[in-house]
Amino acid sequence: MLSKRLIACLDVRDGCVVKGVQFEGLTTAGDPAELARRYDGEGIDELVVLDVTATVEKRRALADTLRKVSAELFIPLTVGGGIRSEDDAAAALDAGADKVALNTAALEHPGLLTSLARRYGSQAVVVAIDAKRAGEGYEVFSHSGRTRTPRNAVEWAREAAERGAGEVLLTSIDRDGTRAGFDSELTAAVSAHVPIPVIASGGAGTFEHFAEVFTRGRADAALAASVFHFSEHAVGALKAFLRDKGVPVRLPC
Amino acid sequence: MIALIDYGAGNLTSVRKALAAVGAEHFTPSSPTLVRSSSGIIIPGVGHFLATATITADWRHAILDAVSRGIPLLGICLGMQFLFDGSDEAPDTPGLRLLPGRCFLLPAVVKVPHVGWNDLQPRGESRLLAGVPRGTQAYFTHSYVAPVTDACVATTEHAATFASVVERENVFGVQFHPEKSARPGVEILRAFVNISRFPDFQIQKCSPSA
Repeated sequence: MLSKRLIACLDVRDGCVVKGVQFEGLTTAGDPAELARRYDGEGIDELVVLDVTATVEKRRALADTLRKVSAELFIPLTVGGGIRSEDDAAAALDAGADKVALNTAALEHPGLLTSLARRYGSQAVVVAIDAKRAGEGYEVFSHSGRTRTPRNAVEWAREAAERGAGEVLLTSIDRDGTRAGFDSELTAAVSAHVPIPVIASGGAGTFEHFAEVFTRGRADAALAASVFHFSEHAVGALKAFLRDKGVPVRLPC
Repeated sequence: MIALIDYGAGNLTSVRKALAAVGAEHFTPSSPTLVRSSSGIIIPGVGHFLATATITADWRHAILDAVSRGIPLLGICLGMQFLFDGSDEAPDTPGLRLLPGRCFLLPAVVKVPHVGWNDLQPRGESRLLAGVPRGTQAYFTHSYVAPVTDACVATTEHAATFASVVERENVFGVQFHPEKSARPGVEILRAFVNISRFPDFQIQKCSPSA
């Protein structure tokens, strides 16, 4: 049976891992390559390197960081932040990433999803969507959550999948950094309407939050940062917890 | 020396890295004649079956000739599907026809593409899986699958039961990505590299089925 994936996110700025609380107030938490090795050893299923300030500062995701992170890593690695063009994507993939996540660039140039999917395959193309509750629906924000767009999260996810995205990385702006739990309603709403996997992000605080987003939230994968950063053995303990709850997970041999 | 066939379907960085990790020398042949001098051949690849059309007749001939001389061949993901007769994904593009059967689209009763870690259910003897414990999961990302035939030594389930590992004589294939499947994946690649290195590796020849 297909396992639910646990994905550790390394929010990277200037080569260091930082963790944002609602995208602001960053504090240093470590060296990305060192953290990647630790997570790999703990049995994480996948890693995401997110250059959190790349879009704002018009910087490219650092190929150096990717090379270091991927050097001895044999699990999927996604990079996001600052992927604005096919060239940016090519540089990231050449540096060792398996997938690129596009957020603002996909909103501004949806055709980029298609051209990247044609060149590298849909499995290498992730659409990252930052969504915020607005009445009964969810609005999409660009530029690291700072700019409201006219898009609706469910419709944009569906369009992105049609255009070639192979996965949705769905972040709840309302929950991000709060440790109050994933937005399972948002995740379920998107997951029910797209044929591709949905990665829930934003709000992880307890093991129970993961169980909930995998069941009620219909998430295919869940992404977190600080839950994994500050506690060693969290990955293994979380997987054992999920298995006991009946959630299928990969237990490393 | 392992020949890694680059036909533009996806990025080979990860496969190269994994081969380096198991101490395997490898190269990307720039011409079909160079395939002959390899000790093993890997056809990686992701994406649409149509991409295999760029493996032109001279390349196909060189690969089939090497296989007929006993050189081990490993297809990964799309490269494994290419070992078969063909795929519904691109009906006019023939496969290598080293294994009988036609690849088909997973029914959309669950999410397709099939992305993530899933079980390998052993089904008979396997040289690739010899060093991998039971209960191992591997990382998949694909929508089309190969049928379960006599060559299938492990199956996986996602909407349908499909072949996740195939072996017939010196022809091997894995639907998952060993280069992305943590330690067990690296061990599977190591097994293939060992098979390609074994100096007295004398096996029955495998010819195209049609």
